[in-house]
Amino acid sequence: MDKFTTLSGIAAPLPLINIDTDMIIPKQFLKTIKRSGLGANLFDEMRFTQDGAEIPDFVLNKPAYREAQILVAGDNFGCGSSREHAPWALLDFGIRCVIAPSFADIFYNNCFKNGILPIALPQETVDILMKDAEKGANARVEIDLDAQTVTSSDGEVFSFELDAFKKHCLLNGLDDIGQSLQKVSSIDAFEATMAQSRPWV
Amino acid sequence: MSPKTLYDKIWDAHLAHEAEDGTCLLYIDRHLVHEVTSPQAFEGLRMAGRPVRAPDKTIAVPDHNVPTTAGRNDPANMTEDSRIQVAALDQNAKDFGIHYYPVSDVRQGIVHIVGPEQGWTLPGMTVVCGDSHTATHGAFGALAHGIGTSEVEHVLATQTLIQKKSKNMKVEITGKLAPGVTAKDITLYVIGQTGTAGGTGYVIEYCGEAIRDLSMEGRMTVCNMAIEGGARAGIIAPDEKTFEYCQGRPHAPKGAAWEAAVAWWKTLYSDDDAAWDLVLTIKAEDIAPVVTWGTSPEDVLAITDVVPDPASFEGGKVDAVRRSLDYMGLTPGQKLSDVEVDTVFIGSCTNGRIEDLRAAAEILKGKKVKDGLRAMIVPGSGLVRAQAEEEGLADIFKDAGFEWRLAGCSMCLAMNPDQLKPGERCAATSNRNFEGRQGRGGRTHLLSPAMAAAAALTGRLTDVREIM
Repeated sequence: MDKFTTLSGIAAPLPLINIDTDMIIPKQFLKTIKRSGLGANLFDEMRFTQDGAEIPDFVLNKPAYREAQILVAGDNFGCGSSREHAPWALLDFGIRCVIAPSFADIFYNNCFKNGILPIALPQETVDILMKDAEKGANARVEIDLDAQTVTSSDGEVFSFELDAFKKHCLLNGLDDIGQSLQKVSSIDAFEATMAQSRPWV
Repeated sequence: MSPKTLYDKIWDAHLAHEAEDGTCLLYIDRHLVHEVTSPQAFEGLRMAGRPVRAPDKTIAVPDHNVPTTAGRNDPANMTEDSRIQVAALDQNAKDFGIHYYPVSDVRQGIVHIVGPEQGWTLPGMTVVCGDSHTATHGAFGALAHGIGTSEVEHVLATQTLIQKKSKNMKVEITGKLAPGVTAKDITLYVIGQTGTAGGTGYVIEYCGEAIRDLSMEGRMTVCNMAIEGGARAGIIAPDEKTFEYCQGRPHAPKGAAWEAAVAWWKTLYSDDDAAWDLVLTIKAEDIAPVVTWGTSPEDVLAITDVVPDPASFEGGKVDAVRRSLDYMGLTPGQKLSDVEVDTVFIGSCTNGRIEDLRAAAEILKGKKVKDGLRAMIVPGSGLVRAQAEEEGLADIFKDAGFEWRLAGCSMCLAMNPDQLKPGERCAATSNRNFEGRQGRGGRTHLLSPAMAAAAALTGRLTDVREIM
């Protein structure tokens, strides 16, 4: 997994609530057995017509936002299915950070496993960043994970909260499994105890 | 000892490691696996040279992307994509030595129906799967939730999950349900009350007389949609009905082990003075048969209501409702019972169990679906299908004009060829009405099996109480 430390990029405004994982990556693209290549179909049904032509009004099709690395969106981003294809598609497109008032639980966790930083901020702050994002390609937003700040193109600084362990893993690009396997003796001990107390499991 | 909720008790019983910052390794008792969210996880294991730590606790079954039409045992009858995913699961199950129910096995079906049916899911367990509707298994008093593919790989490698504890929410449904009102109406009504983000950060325990009165099938329907309310999991304390359901199932404990298990299971309830972070109390008699009208599962109204006006909402929901009414082709003020459908889908992990099929058959018996309407029933498992055939339900469905399919997820997520065409409108017993969920441009109304059957007869959303 790639480290996430700082990011300076274009933010694309997507002012919709309840953006679900079916919108982010429709099911017909879940038929892959790979993690890569899904960016081409990110937001497929909003981005393309049925015959594959670009829908010019969709934000990521506008010239100013084609290189966006940050999304600013409405409440409950990533609700719906547990498909990790959603963060894979975002990452493959080039999105490294999503800012929204709230995120669905499984999507939120999935982001961290893929080097994407989901930032939850109060609605008023997201409203300000949404307006900032609407300025287009000249407006670059700065993210500093270590300092836990988002800086708008006007230089306004907003702090965000995040779990210390998740931050540590993201800053260092750490593999969860490798870390958990360091605690294998605890897992062994737990299994030994459980074999006595709940042998039917 | 301080009082605990049911969730607290299961959590404590599965804590394999707790770091100083509160990050925990939660031990996983059952890991269910399907073909769509697992290939990348097995590939990760191969690349790192890691085995599956507990293959005896890992159960795989293809369901999401399998055809539900006859002749599917022959791979030639699958689409190229399905064939690749199913073949990958076949191979991974073999290579890693995990339990497996292939497409050709009569026990194959939707993973959340197969798990309980085979006795893999038991009270007090932790159950995970790379699918958000893993919440279903909470009906047994198990802590069950969906995980992403990276977490699937983590569980395969370590049999644990990195977790922080969620908050406790209690949803109590007091009193008795009115005739025609079902478990599906309860769960949709609750989401209508909380919203799709209302449960975010919580584990919901459903309790109260109306929940106690439900069968295990009904309880699974309720817990199944905890995720649509945003919750990490839904859970119902086990009781005699739970034990009765589990006893004698192939992988349930037997003899002395059964007695020991039941003794522990009987301690699995929330203590009277347990602390709740949030409590929601609903009177069962306030719940009518409901349908969804929009493109979010929170867009729930009684069948007797009318399509709402976007202006009656607040904040971001105003635009969201405008967008969804446009997508759904509905007009504010239109009676929901006037909305015509051209497709009816009965099935899914929400409503693909035997009780659901019985409820639909009760309405359909001796009647015919509306001319020109496409109606299909997809049983949740091969065993549900066999039982429905034995009980004569299959004949009722076929005589009424329903397609009688093989088990799988089918039109719930429309990965396989069972899809809506643009503009088609479906009354569905599944769990999501998102834009494009059942096929690009397809319009979905969620409802109970009895309501879906009623809609099949009339060709419009219909109050089942008029037909009963």
